[in-house]
Amino acid sequence: MIGNAGDMNVVVCVKQIPDPANPGSLDANNNLDRSSKLIIDDSDMYGVEMALQLVHAAGSGEVSLVSMAPNGETAGLRTALAMGAEKAVLVSDDTLKGSDALGTAKVLAAAIKRIEGADLILAATESSDGYTGTTPVQVAEILGLPSVTFAKHIEVDGSTVKVQRQTEAGYDEVTCPLPALVTVTAGVVEPRYPSFKGIMAAKGKPLDQVTVADLGIDAAQVGGDGAGQKITNVTAAEARKAGEVVVDEGDAFQKIVAFLDQLKVI
Amino acid sequence: MAKVWVLAESAGGKVSSLSLELLTKARELGDTVEAVAWGADTASIAGDLGAHGASTVHDLGDLGTSLPGVSVAAAIAAAIEAGTGPDILLVGQSYDGRDVAGRLSAKLDKPVLTNVVGLAAGEPPVASHAIFGGATIVEATFTGSAPFIYAVRPKSFAAEPSGGSATVAPLSVPETGATNAATVVDRHVEERSGPQLDEAAVVVSGGRGLGEAANYAMIEELAKLLKGAPGASRAIVDAGWVPYAYQVGQTGKTVKPTLYIAAGISGATQHMVGMKGSKNIIAINKDQEAPILQIADLGIVGDVHKVLPQLIEALKARS
Ligand SMILES: Cc1cc2nc3c(=O)[nH]c(=O)nc-3n(C[C@H](O)[C@H](O)[C@H](O)COP(=O)(O)OP(=O)(O)OC[C@H]3O[C@@H](n4cnc5c(N)ncnc54)[C@H](O)[C@@H]3O)c2cc1C
Repeated sequence: MIGNAGDMNVVVCVKQIPDPANPGSLDANNNLDRSSKLIIDDSDMYGVEMALQLVHAAGSGEVSLVSMAPNGETAGLRTALAMGAEKAVLVSDDTLKGSDALGTAKVLAAAIKRIEGADLILAATESSDGYTGTTPVQVAEILGLPSVTFAKHIEVDGSTVKVQRQTEAGYDEVTCPLPALVTVTAGVVEPRYPSFKGIMAAKGKPLDQVTVADLGIDAAQVGGDGAGQKITNVTAAEARKAGEVVVDEGDAFQKIVAFLDQLKVI
Repeated sequence: MAKVWVLAESAGGKVSSLSLELLTKARELGDTVEAVAWGADTASIAGDLGAHGASTVHDLGDLGTSLPGVSVAAAIAAAIEAGTGPDILLVGQSYDGRDVAGRLSAKLDKPVLTNVVGLAAGEPPVASHAIFGGATIVEATFTGSAPFIYAVRPKSFAAEPSGGSATVAPLSVPETGATNAATVVDRHVEERSGPQLDEAAVVVSGGRGLGEAANYAMIEELAKLLKGAPGASRAIVDAGWVPYAYQVGQTGKTVKPTLYIAAGISGATQHMVGMKGSKNIIAINKDQEAPILQIADLGIVGDVHKVLPQLIEALKARS
């Protein structure tokens, strides 16, 4: 899979999601409603930025994107292309509706294979809307690649990636030969804003839109039917009731002290 | 009935509380409960695993400097293929737990139910998930055949000993090849004193409303006075004011203390999902409309720069 010596080719998995600023809802099939305009998942901006920086540091190579989204959605991919990625593969197909993490991983792995010479595959540790957090590792297993999850710092040194991986206690320094898949946490880098020039350039960049059949995947393996899991019930959680709300007039701390006394924590 | 395996994670000779929570729940889901463990000294944790319901500890031994995900998944997959594996596998929604679940799922071509916060016995068991910041509970189950893999969030169940004991049986790790090439070359432990964030009876968290990093000292001081642990919203973790280990929420720690104090935190759904289970909540926020005030037992509409120093002084005066 390794490309030309010296080149650093990075593929970033990019999810396009409903704007998290709006309250989410479930559709008639209890899938997350994705019928609204989709945007790039904020969590993936870090992967795109990291990829751009790694390619820049290597001096040559390019950043490619893969995404699976309904209705031929490209808005989020255009954002990442405007940031500086060179090209994208979008898998959009009605049969994908209701796919679970494993089905999504099969699709993304097949899409990644369409891109020649990938040295490094980056993804977010989890998406903002579904947050199963298993898809990237499933992709790595399907592609037969090693993986390092929860990276808070990434460097590439020749054909090795060096990662600071978050742990319960702090972080581990992990090294891994390329090609490999790495998942990045928020804050790993500060994503750039697309410039006006970037936005204009993005319009002309190659965006390869493919179907499940184009990828050679059996449609029964993906989508709601391939998911192997079903929702049996949806209920509103028991709401936590609001207690007393006090506007501070300079003595609210006494209210707190009284509350602490009552709880016997002091 | 079903055979349940639980991924037993440990550090420094101590089983993670999440693994003990899973063992406790596993006793309701099947008639055979066994644990899968790895590390240099598995024998030392077998007692605790047995006491929480494991009859056998499948011991992978010391995995050396490799990350556990690939090896552990390969060993479990081999056991399943040999017909000696589990019908149900419970893993914690932790760093390594998610790696194991993802690897195993793709290897076996079986789905995973993730972010599980409740499990009810059944064939297969039904999982519940809290979505939209915990406002909606979704129940889901598998439609295919065993093994069924569930990744469970911390603090979903209480850990209770059953008084049993476990025998340790070695489980070999098959050849893993190129997928297992990641190597840990160094481990960094971020020192913090006082109780663990996810075990403390009192948690005092600060958010962007503190204004600047230096003001986090007020959070630490208050936490210390209450013998609690300091925590944080993601906004100030991302801003670099405090390490990631302090983060409470969907992508951080889940806490269920007796008392949670949120100072200058708005109460985004992703934050609330990590602290909503607290017995009592006090929130200090200058914005009357802040969502955190809608779930607080005591909400103070006020400025943290005024309320916190006054509170700290008052508590100091009493101690
Ligand atoms: C996928 C994903 C995962 C996430 N995971 C997490 C997570 O695990 N944990 C988490 O916390 N967040 C998480 N977030 C981020 C979350 O959405 C919010 O952005 C974050 O919680 C906001 O932090 P905050 O409350 O400190 O900041 P803000 O939302 O900016 O709120 C600051 C609050 O301080 C108040 N304030 C300002 N000045 C004062 C003052 N002087 N006195 C009193 N009050 C004041 C304001 O009124 C405001 O309510 C996640 C987001 C995504 C997309």
